[in-house]
Amino acid sequence: MSRVAIIGVGQSKFVRQYPGSIRELAFEGFKTAMQDAGIGVGDVGASVICSAPEYDKQRSPAGIFAEYLGLNPQPTFYVETLCSSSSTGLRLAYSLVKSGLHDVVAVLGFQKMSEISSAESQERMGRGADIQWESPFGTMMPAYYAMYARAHMQAYGTTPEDLALIRVKAATYGQLNELAVYRKPVTMENFTSADDRMAGPVAAPLRVGDCCANADGSSCLIVASEEKAKLFSKKPVWILGLGAATASVNLAGRDLLTGLSVAKQAAGQAYEMAGITARNVDVAEVHDCFTIAELMAYENLGFAEPGEGRDLIRGKETYKDGRIPVNVDGGLLSKGHPIGATGGSQIRTIVLQLRGEAGDIQVKDPEIGLVHNIGGVGLYGNVTILGR
Amino acid sequence: MGSKREVDDRFKKFGTVSFTAISKINDFIDYLEDGKVAGTKCKECGLVFFPPRADCYQCLGSDMEWFEVAGAGKLLTYSKLQFAPVGFDQDVPYCIALLDYGHYKVFGRIAAEVPEEELQVGMEMTVAVNRLPNGQLNYVFQKI
Ligand SMILES: [Zn+2]
Repeated sequence: MSRVAIIGVGQSKFVRQYPGSIRELAFEGFKTAMQDAGIGVGDVGASVICSAPEYDKQRSPAGIFAEYLGLNPQPTFYVETLCSSSSTGLRLAYSLVKSGLHDVVAVLGFQKMSEISSAESQERMGRGADIQWESPFGTMMPAYYAMYARAHMQAYGTTPEDLALIRVKAATYGQLNELAVYRKPVTMENFTSADDRMAGPVAAPLRVGDCCANADGSSCLIVASEEKAKLFSKKPVWILGLGAATASVNLAGRDLLTGLSVAKQAAGQAYEMAGITARNVDVAEVHDCFTIAELMAYENLGFAEPGEGRDLIRGKETYKDGRIPVNVDGGLLSKGHPIGATGGSQIRTIVLQLRGEAGDIQVKDPEIGLVHNIGGVGLYGNVTILGR
Repeated sequence: MGSKREVDDRFKKFGTVSFTAISKINDFIDYLEDGKVAGTKCKECGLVFFPPRADCYQCLGSDMEWFEVAGAGKLLTYSKLQFAPVGFDQDVPYCIALLDYGHYKVFGRIAAEVPEEELQVGMEMTVAVNRLPNGQLNYVFQKI
């Protein structure tokens, strides 16, 4: 069985407001990944473009990008699974390469969220929920995750302070990441002083500090066949496992409210395909769009038993030198969450970790890394396992 | 010359802001007007749906009958929103919540008159039709 590798990774800086058009933003992620791979546009057989389309004025951005990136006349197409779009893009690139249809595929994720106001953005994100039956009640992403947080707290005694600890960890590493949108420190005092912005209410029990930062950004992964990987790359990182699952959009169709069923299912598939268990994972990137999402990920991925995720963060086990380092690049909370670019950026971090090129945030000699990337409120789940 | 085509867009009355106007289950709105919250049940295989659906994925049938969501459901979880999406600013603060009725669950809002301090996960609540200040219809959860 021939393997499939990632031979190049790149991302733009994640910023509040990108001073350029979407094609220029896409170019930044693409350029860094192509330079990392050391290949030219003629080597790329196809491209997969990933984003959440409701932010864009441009219809069908894939065609625009193919031209701007010098990828004509190769085929290109567009995929979306909300915030997990670029992990879905990787899944498609894997199958395009594995099938033999293409040798090298570029997966480009992007989002320019600043095209619209924050309230409009929340309303559009809210429309990633069920617009017929939920949105008419005035729903927002933080409120859905807050409902999971409430259920988790009720079932297991998890506290708002446990969630704040996750934010503090994210900020610890966001300060070290030059590409992160939020580089300031966050301490527990930010959450305990009533007039601090971090302690401000959003959707109880979640507070401002529990929510990730909107950002503009792009990311890019160069995926290659084993033959091309050996030809082009000194340090290919192999795709060992892929898992993907879906669940009911409407919360009324969900049975589990203390975790995400899609994450459990996608993780199970990915572990089985890679022939490993949670114990074998040396470093992970999880989808911390909200602090509670990271806590649930610990449990859904098997790093902790259900209800015991808090013990990992209380014991600093998910810090860089802990038992299972998680989001040591700042995560979505501090690095930022440009929807379509997020999964690619998470995968980039793990690829750099496995190559031993992660700089200040390098975990000691990892062999296997995991990426957990969720679309919507547990509507789409993707888990990817990578190895050296 | 050009007879005017009737458009059944009753569903635009659902919620503070509705994002849907035309649906095969527009009778849901008539039930609301009548003070009832209703779901559908597949006549072929008996599967029960809330929110109501026009089509059954189990037997692929589309022959449905309506039933009323009656009695008490159990509060599974809720969240109080301090910020709202565009169009909902006048409603803030409000709580969204999920009630468990056993064979189905109901997503909706807590009635404005129920103080947040009185909410307890696991408590029993009932669902009632609510007419909003802008003339729109929704349903809310009330204390027993
Ligand atoms: Zn049926």
